[in-house]
Amino acid sequence: MSISVQEADFDIGAEIDALLAGRTDVGAVATFTGLVRDINDGSGVHAMTLEHYPGMTESALEEIVGQAKARWDILAVRVIHRVGTLQPADRIVLVIVAGSHRGEAFAACEFIMDYLKTRAPFWKREDTPDGSRWVDARDTDDSAAQRWN
Amino acid sequence: MNIKVLYFAALREALGTSGETVTLPDGCTTLAGVRALIAARGGDWEKLERMKNLRAAINQRMAEPSAAVADGDEVAFFPPVTGG
Repeated sequence: MSISVQEADFDIGAEIDALLAGRTDVGAVATFTGLVRDINDGSGVHAMTLEHYPGMTESALEEIVGQAKARWDILAVRVIHRVGTLQPADRIVLVIVAGSHRGEAFAACEFIMDYLKTRAPFWKREDTPDGSRWVDARDTDDSAAQRWN
Repeated sequence: MNIKVLYFAALREALGTSGETVTLPDGCTTLAGVRALIAARGGDWEKLERMKNLRAAINQRMAEPSAAVADGDEVAFFPPVTGG
């Protein structure tokens, strides 16, 4: 399965090995890992909770991966996004793209993250010393996604 | 006709519910119509029209306000997404 939305942590090395198992045609593997930071918009963050829309989240991720595969000559993709309550330094998201060459792998990996940020239904809530707050969407994420148009 | 309406994240918290079944009167056939119908209840429900950049989906696909809504559809309203 190439898409997972799960509470559990993931092992990046094990996920790369699983994606490449039995293949001899891959020349490049690009990965992106997103982590929980302990500071955002000037406030300390001691926990983060991720909410999602079960069903739609998975199909939105499938669609984004499908677009990446249509756009670049890539061989395999794995996306894992965690939900539930996470602590600073915890892993949130993993994107692995395997291809013949690095150019396609890097580009597709960045494209998947940019589209995930603006199109996949996940919402973050941060616990700070001043209380709990929903994270606002960033304009920079919209412009990052738009440059692929 | 009846539809299922779901609310997520800050909107879910503001409304105090994650979803409900809504009966649409004759003539209420679009996403914008559904939103106006629910917001017309007043109070916190007005946030459905006031909350900035609110997004919507029909049957788990992003949809524009003019999109048609049919009997049995699953409609969702939510703030802009912030995953990754």
